[in-house]
Amino acid sequence: MGWESWLISTFARALAYGTPLLLGTLGEIYAERAGVLNLGIEGMMIMGAYSAFVVSYKTGHPWLGILVAAMVGGVFSLIHAFASITLKANQVVSGLALTMLGLGLAGVLGRSMVGTPLFTSLHRITVPGLSTIPIIGPGFFTHQNLLVYITMLLVLILWYILFHTRVGITIRAVGESPETADSLGVNVARVRYLCVVVGGIFAGVAGAYLSVGYRPAWTEGMTGGMGWIVIALTIFAFWNPIYGLLGSYFFASLYHLSYRLQAWISPELLKAMPYVFAIIILILVSRGTVQKRRGAPAALTIPYTRGEE
Amino acid sequence: MKRIERLALLKVEKRPVPSGHVILSVSILAILAALVVVAIFFASYGTSPFRAYGAIIKGAFGSWQGFSETLRRMIPLLLCGVGLTVAFRALFWNIGADGQLLFGAIAATWVALFSGLHGPVVIPMMFLAGFAAGALWGVIPAVLKVKMRINDVITTLMMNYIAMYIVLYLIHGPWKGPSVRGYPLTDIFSPAAQLPTIGNTHVHWPTLLLGLFLALAAYIMLNRSKSGFEIQVVGENPHAARFAGISELKTTVTAMLTSGGLAGLAGVGEVAGVHLRLFDPNQISMGYGYTAIIVAWLARKNPLAVIVTSFFFGVLMAGGDVIKVNLGLPFQLINMFNGVIMFFLIGSEIFMRYRITLRRK
Amino acid sequence: MAPDELVKDSRIQNDAVATGTAGNPEYAVQLKGIVKRFPGVLANDGIDLDIKRGEIHCLLGENGAGKTTLMRILYGLYSQDEGKIFLNGTPVNISSPREALAQHIGMVHQHFRLVPTLSVEENIILGLDEGTGPFLNLRRVRAKIRKIAKTYGLSVDPGAKVWQLSVGQRQRVEIIKALYREADILIMDEPTSVLTPQEVDQLFTTLRTLVTDGLTIILITHKLDEVMRVSDRVTVLRKGKVVNTLETSRVDKPSLARSMVGRDVVFRLEKSPIERGEEILEVEELGAEDDRGLPAISEVTFDVYGGEILGVAGVSGNGQRELEESLTGLRRATSGKICLNKKDITNLSARAIADAGVAHVPAQRISMGIVPNMSIRENLILKQYRHPPFAKGLRIDYKAAGRHAQSAVQDYQIAAPSVDTRAKLLSGGNIQRLILARELSGSPYLIVAAHPTYGLDVGATEQIRQVLLNQRESGAGILLISEDLGEIMTLSDRIMVMFAGEVMGIIPSEDARLGEIGLMMAGTRHEKD
Repeated sequence: MGWESWLISTFARALAYGTPLLLGTLGEIYAERAGVLNLGIEGMMIMGAYSAFVVSYKTGHPWLGILVAAMVGGVFSLIHAFASITLKANQVVSGLALTMLGLGLAGVLGRSMVGTPLFTSLHRITVPGLSTIPIIGPGFFTHQNLLVYITMLLVLILWYILFHTRVGITIRAVGESPETADSLGVNVARVRYLCVVVGGIFAGVAGAYLSVGYRPAWTEGMTGGMGWIVIALTIFAFWNPIYGLLGSYFFASLYHLSYRLQAWISPELLKAMPYVFAIIILILVSRGTVQKRRGAPAALTIPYTRGEE
Repeated sequence: MKRIERLALLKVEKRPVPSGHVILSVSILAILAALVVVAIFFASYGTSPFRAYGAIIKGAFGSWQGFSETLRRMIPLLLCGVGLTVAFRALFWNIGADGQLLFGAIAATWVALFSGLHGPVVIPMMFLAGFAAGALWGVIPAVLKVKMRINDVITTLMMNYIAMYIVLYLIHGPWKGPSVRGYPLTDIFSPAAQLPTIGNTHVHWPTLLLGLFLALAAYIMLNRSKSGFEIQVVGENPHAARFAGISELKTTVTAMLTSGGLAGLAGVGEVAGVHLRLFDPNQISMGYGYTAIIVAWLARKNPLAVIVTSFFFGVLMAGGDVIKVNLGLPFQLINMFNGVIMFFLIGSEIFMRYRITLRRK
Repeated sequence: MAPDELVKDSRIQNDAVATGTAGNPEYAVQLKGIVKRFPGVLANDGIDLDIKRGEIHCLLGENGAGKTTLMRILYGLYSQDEGKIFLNGTPVNISSPREALAQHIGMVHQHFRLVPTLSVEENIILGLDEGTGPFLNLRRVRAKIRKIAKTYGLSVDPGAKVWQLSVGQRQRVEIIKALYREADILIMDEPTSVLTPQEVDQLFTTLRTLVTDGLTIILITHKLDEVMRVSDRVTVLRKGKVVNTLETSRVDKPSLARSMVGRDVVFRLEKSPIERGEEILEVEELGAEDDRGLPAISEVTFDVYGGEILGVAGVSGNGQRELEESLTGLRRATSGKICLNKKDITNLSARAIADAGVAHVPAQRISMGIVPNMSIRENLILKQYRHPPFAKGLRIDYKAAGRHAQSAVQDYQIAAPSVDTRAKLLSGGNIQRLILARELSGSPYLIVAAHPTYGLDVGATEQIRQVLLNQRESGAGILLISEDLGEIMTLSDRIMVMFAGEVMGIIPSEDARLGEIGLMMAGTRHEKD
């Protein structure tokens, strides 16, 4: 195999596998920017995957499935929002509980459908014109589903909102210094709720992408720890959607490349690679976060109570 | 103490320090509330909740066989749970007890099958090796956290997956037993590497006794020793620890040696007392490491209370098996159960930290 | 206060009551019967307060007198349990800062409410809706900021990130923020605590201009000088109650002090002239970096002798924290040398330095000096737990720790129900007593005390200063870092002034003049004679 086809397949796989990671990361960036760590991504993703699968299986409309998955993810995240914002519960534990709940619930509900393939999955498209560019064309614009490109567009929109609008200023202020935002009349709880729900919606769609696009079927535990990788990518991305895109695709291409090692390494160990990479990546960025003021939002995981200093 | 906040029509005031009976009654109420929520779920699934809970209780207590299953589940929960109380006291989020347990199982399997040891030294060596392997797997994220500020939740979680795939690799590859005809299993341990059990149950009592003893030891260590004092200070206020010249690295590593080591011991118990071989990692760990988080949290990070809470979750897990078989409900229900209980548990903490009254206006 | 003033004072209040619930339109703000309870504390106990339009009105009181609580009620951060608020005679209900801002009330908090990672302009427009929906019109925002800045002499770069600004600049951003929202009433909580004397002058000039333009200013302070210098009227609060409201021109400092503290304030501090002893600490060309890795102090050279207090003056953020931490082993020195009793202790661990006889009273009293969730007993052995009599092998002898705690509680008059009370339940003064009790228990050679009386009431302040003086008499060397110039001048034998991480000069305290120290604090080097 020549280096061209090698590059092309890497690009194509990076997009395909990176998109659910990116969707999850975008949502988590918003939640964390507002100061709420949500470790429930895995649970919301699997719930999204399941509900999208069921809906498109029953109705034949994958997009309806994605819409429902978004709603399910959003509603699910409300549990975490209520626990961590209103009840001021520990965010780490609450997120873990959400993941357990999601994995359990999806397992229970989907038990009768395990292994069912989905014939009404998302169509794959080839972008006319662009797909004829050498390497780039077949790498990026051939035989991908529409959600891949929608996600790219969302990256730009979310980045613009976060850094160039009033909404973004408010979100960042709430995550950095909620008492400041509160003293200027910002409703801290409302902003946090909204951001957590946005995070849930994205996680739901990320799961939907898996079950109606990437691997159109329902299998138990099909998210396989992606939700945790999203948490790592959020740190890697310095809480910035653009870096989130780079990180997700980079990570996905590493994952794909590791399969080139198949001749030397057993498949079981290859499957462990994403998790090894995630740790290595965090080690690599650890210096940058400490020194360059690119650390986590200052109020991350700290519940806000007016008048407490 | 100038702390106050309004929550709808409720007046929420900070409680200075919740008393013991407040903690106990709030915890019990939280569990009852969780049981009610799951009951609703049972009902919507077409199963009478009374029948389901009845089956769980009958399954867990109704017969000696059932009760022995409860104890069998309790053993790893006890060991992992006690370990987690130590980690949590040091404010180290060890979500990786599952992986540490698997590493203990791997080390024990190596001693049993490949070390060439024979006779009565085998079992003690398995426990030692299991402790060391679990501790090693636990210390790595501790060092990464203190030295490089890498989030402990993520590393411990990732290492669960890595441990799982390492086990899969071993049983599919180098450790696959010659006598198992291609299945991904190791050979069965020789009798010298098998833990004695009570009667023909799976209750490997040496591990149970070890767990009870270590719960007491951990309690004394946390509350009476210098290390315990250091762990407490680092967990409550790392700045004060630095100020007092307490090494965060040394303390966190100590806590995670203990926590990972205890989870490793649980892994030894599972392979040497229950399965007698290394095989499917999911069936060895059964999510004990995750459930143990709730066990430790419910015990309010008190190792002695873990004896009670691990028993409670042992009942749930054993009962979960029963309703799976008898009522045809999926075992995943237990995961859901865990999630719901955890939510109610942390959600209820607001009642401990705050006194909530209706607002007079 | 003279009896006739008392009469007049009460008559004013009676008049206000006589005008009924409608309030008096003469006043910009009227607070009537404000009561605020916190668990275990009655913070405001039936407070009546009238603020005239266009005046600078000082709220004077000790820490814990209820000034900030009262103003937070006016700003909507707390809601009162009882009582009413009138603005220009109309009753209003202010239950959130949003409503306060809508009523044109602005507040500059003691701990600034700014988001460090956002730019100045982003901080200023945070929470505003200027009719452009979610989109920004930064050009218009900048123009408006520049206009305000020019009118009131509040120069600041709108595009700079707040974390890059000095404390004085940050305060200007806070004031602009309020003016940008067209505040008529501006509440300022302890605005001078972080400023040089010259910056204070500048601030007061700005406040005067604002009042001329029709604003009403409420200034929270515990400093008598400021009241006398800038206010038109002053209300003294003590223990949640109004003592009196007076025209500033008709009061003097001693009477204000008396009503603030509730008794005659005579500083009974006795600073005896004593022979200074051996050189205890010698610091040579010390350099260290801040948390971001930028140089924070450089070429700091000084010495401290036994029986001497060396005061370190300077505006906060000029390297005091880095100096404090590198001397006590909490921060790595990047250059230079620190010697204790002629022994090099540079970059030894915090534990080794403490064991060598350096006591540390940290600036971050609660976040570093104690473990809030642990008991007094445990906090008192935070450093000593590893030594006998508290350590017995691997075990800690909590009984011995209890006996130690009992005597420390008595010696230092720590007010607490028992030695097993959690430290977080103690008042600020008692927390500081606890820290001193612990740090001084090993008869240290050197005491590094940073802001030891910051935010404490008069009683605790007096006691803690006396303890430091006693240590001086028994021969310890003391490095006293403080932003309170008065404290530095009273206690120190010599004064060292820091600016931008460098030593501007060291002068004997008997020669020290406030003006000269102020200039050094602003960066003028002291000419050696």
